[in-house]
Amino acid sequence: MKILAISEQRDNKLKKSAFEVVRTARTIADQTQGEVIALVIGDEVQAIAGELGGYGATKVLVVQQPKLGKYSSTAYAKIIAEAAKKEQADIILFPATAMGKDSAPRVAVKLDAGLASDCTALKVDGGNIIATRPVYAGKALTEIKINSAVKVFTLRPNVFPAGISTGTSATVEVVDIPLTESDFASLVIETTQASGKIDVAEADIIVSGGRGMKSPENFKMIEDLAGVLGGAVGASRAVVDAGWRPHSEQVGQTGKTVSPSLYIAAAISGAIQHLAGMSSSKYIVAINKDKDAPIFQVADYGIVADVFIIVPAITLETKKLLGK
Amino acid sequence: MKLAVCINHVPDTAAKINIASDGMNIDNAGVTFVLNPYDEYAIEECLRLKEKNTGEVIAISLGGDSHKETLRKALAMGVDKAVLLKDDSHRDSFAVARALADYLKEISADIIFFGKQSVDSDNSAVGTMVAEMLGLPSVSVAVKLEITNGIVTAEREIEGGKEKVQTTLPAVITAQKGLNEPRYPSLKGIMSAKNKPMEEKGPMPSHVKVEVLAMYKPPSKNAGKIIGTDVSAVPELVRLLHEEAKVI
Repeated sequence: MKILAISEQRDNKLKKSAFEVVRTARTIADQTQGEVIALVIGDEVQAIAGELGGYGATKVLVVQQPKLGKYSSTAYAKIIAEAAKKEQADIILFPATAMGKDSAPRVAVKLDAGLASDCTALKVDGGNIIATRPVYAGKALTEIKINSAVKVFTLRPNVFPAGISTGTSATVEVVDIPLTESDFASLVIETTQASGKIDVAEADIIVSGGRGMKSPENFKMIEDLAGVLGGAVGASRAVVDAGWRPHSEQVGQTGKTVSPSLYIAAAISGAIQHLAGMSSSKYIVAINKDKDAPIFQVADYGIVADVFIIVPAITLETKKLLGK
Repeated sequence: MKLAVCINHVPDTAAKINIASDGMNIDNAGVTFVLNPYDEYAIEECLRLKEKNTGEVIAISLGGDSHKETLRKALAMGVDKAVLLKDDSHRDSFAVARALADYLKEISADIIFFGKQSVDSDNSAVGTMVAEMLGLPSVSVAVKLEITNGIVTAEREIEGGKEKVQTTLPAVITAQKGLNEPRYPSLKGIMSAKNKPMEEKGPMPSHVKVEVLAMYKPPSKNAGKIIGTDVSAVPELVRLLHEEAKVI
């Protein structure tokens, strides 16, 4: 199978999801005598493209111009679809990021392709791919296959291993795809990035607080622990609805579905909609005063005690361990 | 201004999900279905735009008769007209988008809203697919929206930040929580909803590209160990995370 791997960059740095997508494409290609063609779109991104060879790309296509430095739903979709046609790709893999989730549906329509979003596993089955994708925020899983000639999948970040680079550099081919003014019908004019902040959807470690934190000020201790662990701050729906934390941090069915290596739930009781969003985390730690809180049913490790004493103590103990 | 909002009828997020005996669908028994939570923000934004600019708001839902309940809620919130594209078949995102796009082409709305995703199949795809099918620009996962003289400026959520996007009408917007605070239907709204038009149409059948082979519950996690009930448990917890789980 010929696989086009959409490799996302931000500020001319490849995202971790780009390596995950290329590596996954490589795994499929190896089983099907296939080929992995990566695609990088941006402004002067040629220099960063070769690195994808270390993750399994045979060739990297680069489409670059100043206007592509910022995301455009319409222009990116056109470029991806044109590249897929040019390379006669059978499969297009996107990261299920803000960019991937926005452009993949357009690309699917352009190529008359079926789309499976936010997949958590792909396996080769004869001449086709069987994808696992969570539905109902992870309360159920489905196995699906796409029956159209071209197939589009988006891969949930942090689930597919990127592995370690072999150091091989790929052939980089700068491709000119002519774009007109109308291709930029929608265009990002400004990006605001909270500096140094890790998004819950991409974090490998998440420290989440619930209503039991009692006030927005008390989230300082959650931030401190997340900081020491190099993780992100998460929040329950109750906390977001109360206006204590931004919605971008909400974990659960009307927030983000996450699968980090470590999820620490502080003063979160564990409503069904919250559990759906985080119970696929590799390790779960629950800290709650109520020993009957449902969160303990999914936790690997639990401490039944006051979060206000336990969370700062974990921060201190972790600092000691990490020599910080 | 002609405003359209596409809405879905989905299991309540508080519902426990069980798998039907066919192993392909969920068991609907005992499950309460509601208006898709993200669609509430989409409806609210339509109503606010109508209040600001005058016009008409049409809510459209694709599905069986049960979707009428959700359409009625939209009417009670203040939507002017409801359209049920009556279809009981299983459709993937592409086929849903196709049916909606076919209808939306007929009505030429100035702006078409969706929730950013339907909390059942979680594909986050239909809104943007409809935009592509209709040749319209779109902004997905919008948390802020301003429209001045046909120019749309919207903010969308991205990893760890926001993007400000500019485009023009007509356009498709998919709504994220935070876009606004949806209103509750008033008693007057609920009463007047009964007299508002609810049109029924049969959409064209569409070719489904994604086939569901199986549906099952994720492996249930076994409750782990309670390490302790006071601060003395902390060193052991950190040791376990470091040595057993190897996550820190």
